[in-house]
Amino acid sequence: MIPEFGQFALILALGLALIQAVVPLLGAYRQREDWMALARPVATGQFVFVSVAFLVLCHAFLNDDFSVLYVATNSNSALPTPYKIAAVWGAHEGSLLLWILILSAWTLAVTVGSRSLPQDFAARVLGVLGIVSVGMLLFTILTSNPFDRLLPAAADGNDLNPLLQDPALVIHPPILYAGYVGLAVPFAFAIAALLAGSLSPAWARWTRPWTVASWMFLTVGIALGSWWAYYELGWGGWWFWDPVENASFMPWLAGTALIHSLAVTERRGIFKSWTLLLAIAAFSLSLLGTFLVRSGILVSVHAFASDPARGLFILLLLSVISGGALVLYAVRARHLTVEGGFRLLSRESFLLMNNILLVVATAAVLFGTLYPLFLDALGQGKISVGPPYFNTVFLIPMLPLVAVLGVGMHTTWVRMSGESLIRRLMIPAGVAIVLGVSLPWLAFGQASALTIIGVTAGLWVVGASLLEPIKRVIRRGSAPMALTRGQWGMFLAHLGVGIFVLGATVTSSYNIETDSSASPGDRWEVDGYELLFRDVRQVQGPNYVATEGEFEVRRDGRLMTVLTPQKRVYRVQSSPMTEAAIDVGWSRDLFVALGDPLGDGAWSLRVQIKPLIRFIWLGALIMAFGGLLAISDPRYRTKRVREDAQIGSQQAETI
Amino acid sequence: MWRYLMPIGIFVVLAAFFLRGLSLNPRYVPSPLLGKAAPEFELPRLKDPGASLGSQDIEGKVALLNVWATWCVGCRQEHGLLVELAEANDVPIYGLNWKDDRGAALGWLSSLGDPYVASAFDELGEVAIDWGVYGAPETFLLARDGTVLYKHIAPLTREIWASEFLPRIVEQCGSLPCPLVENE
Repeated sequence: MIPEFGQFALILALGLALIQAVVPLLGAYRQREDWMALARPVATGQFVFVSVAFLVLCHAFLNDDFSVLYVATNSNSALPTPYKIAAVWGAHEGSLLLWILILSAWTLAVTVGSRSLPQDFAARVLGVLGIVSVGMLLFTILTSNPFDRLLPAAADGNDLNPLLQDPALVIHPPILYAGYVGLAVPFAFAIAALLAGSLSPAWARWTRPWTVASWMFLTVGIALGSWWAYYELGWGGWWFWDPVENASFMPWLAGTALIHSLAVTERRGIFKSWTLLLAIAAFSLSLLGTFLVRSGILVSVHAFASDPARGLFILLLLSVISGGALVLYAVRARHLTVEGGFRLLSRESFLLMNNILLVVATAAVLFGTLYPLFLDALGQGKISVGPPYFNTVFLIPMLPLVAVLGVGMHTTWVRMSGESLIRRLMIPAGVAIVLGVSLPWLAFGQASALTIIGVTAGLWVVGASLLEPIKRVIRRGSAPMALTRGQWGMFLAHLGVGIFVLGATVTSSYNIETDSSASPGDRWEVDGYELLFRDVRQVQGPNYVATEGEFEVRRDGRLMTVLTPQKRVYRVQSSPMTEAAIDVGWSRDLFVALGDPLGDGAWSLRVQIKPLIRFIWLGALIMAFGGLLAISDPRYRTKRVREDAQIGSQQAETI
Repeated sequence: MWRYLMPIGIFVVLAAFFLRGLSLNPRYVPSPLLGKAAPEFELPRLKDPGASLGSQDIEGKVALLNVWATWCVGCRQEHGLLVELAEANDVPIYGLNWKDDRGAALGWLSSLGDPYVASAFDELGEVAIDWGVYGAPETFLLARDGTVLYKHIAPLTREIWASEFLPRIVEQCGSLPCPLVENE
């Protein structure tokens, strides 16, 4: 009976979503307060019912209810409890339910956070979120019901895909979804403004924290996915340019552009229609990602079941939501354009460059991802686009972006003198070039041109980001002006970019890989690390058996760590999985993977040393933390709707 | 005006492609080679660059030729199944290591297991072009006389193996494991 309650709750949620999608929007159109007032209670109710449905599904997983088809296909009684929870969103139906749960949670957050906004604006925002919710609920209920029964019930389940039985994958989907579903909020803000036909001066200030919040989740989510790929799939690789990875990366790129364009719109009241377009694009790319992943239209690592009916439904949804938004944009946006001047040397023009470069990068990734589809649809044959294309076309806009980023942080609005900019940035630029050329040589004894460019660029961004904070610390007390949280956030997020660039460059340039065969008792050396192969033994896991090797790692005779890589065979799906053992370090990771028995007690082994690889994910976390600081800025919480009298008076800011 | 219409224009074009794409199967590629003789080839062996692997090594056997690469995540996905199939040893599996790095490929085999009797190392992808390889992974089923019996694009699954490969193999070989010489 309980699963039927879940389904019933979903249908009730759909009913409420329909009300939320229609009544508040009509109310805002006809200025009926009572209709608009319905938005908040209905959105809250929707959240409650979606949560009930979600909890029912969790309950079915935790209690091994194999009479539910989805549970029987994706769980097993021997599956450890945390993975039973992860299995809830481990496949298509459940991940859609998670999508909807997160959308309704964001909507709930908007009902709370929008109390200080004008009522008709808040009603329109919630109405638009209601439309998105109706679409996804219909999709789930009509094509992908997670509560479908399997009668008679299976004796035991088919188990969760062993690749997904991993701690990072327990939290990766919820965080990633929180990011890309969160982009629905700035989208709804943009549509609300277009529907109203006016963009209030405070609009950008209302929209910014929501955008940054979802961007933060997206950043952490993508970093987690990359981390997982590194130790679970990756032969030390941390990014594969797989369509599914690209699906999450494109909204991130567009979202990053949106954050920067919102800054211009907030401070200077210009770039309005561009900002609206980016808000529409960022969420549309999220939906597009859902479409690509769920329709099976592209071949991907993530072997999702493809069903043409599902693909058609999401395409329809994408057309209604994004197509509708773009039609509205075409009709309304031109009335919002404001001309505002700025000099070539000003923060505006640097943010414009940022936007152009990020949009070019997004378009390049989008084009590469869809190219196989284009050719196929035109009858030109089948091809696959691989990392060489993406690495090249992505670096072309990214290198200049990183270069201008360091300057952009130190510009002021409207205009500034080139001389003071040069004076300020001479030192970090000089230091970056000197260290960028010398450090790779000193540390590794050789360097290619691309390595030197990458290290210099990374150091340049790190230096430029730390310049102001360091000045404040040195001149504590006498500092002319304290940094706001927003500024701290900006510097920190950019510091994260610099650290990421350093990590990505050094890891790709100097990673050491060795393959060897060894028997227990053997000793050998890899780049200064002495390895001793102590033993091999059988280990029983909850739902797998593993062969585990034990390796002592010594440096200069001192025992550093004992690594125990495994080869696991999961019982139900009998798939072998390699669990590499990694000694994590700031300066490098030591990665040992156990291969196959070669006979006579010998085993094949892969040992890798990956310098600075942690910087890749550390950089991403710092970026996200910068975002967190920025949204904690008190100015987003002021209740009064400040009219933008101060626009134009902000040129005096030093930063 | 047109600049406000451009986004919806782009969107409509994309949506049209998506609609068309839904009725195409990205995994289905008609192979002009089906039922015809497989192209001759000769390449250095992955594990022993001095020796070569070519058509004459495979001829006379019902065999699989699996196109793989370490940069191909789909190959990672099917690899476990290939190892299992190699253990069952119904038919020999040959590898065509495509546009890959030798060191990476050797590392892959030593850590994940080597299901291949031997792998040919096609660094520049020249042989893959002759064979009409569109993407990795691809798996060809070859008859004793070198005819291409079947070709599967995308990771091999148990279902595909059971429904497409096994019946054809049984038909060719009569019994499993496939006898090396034809039963007369």
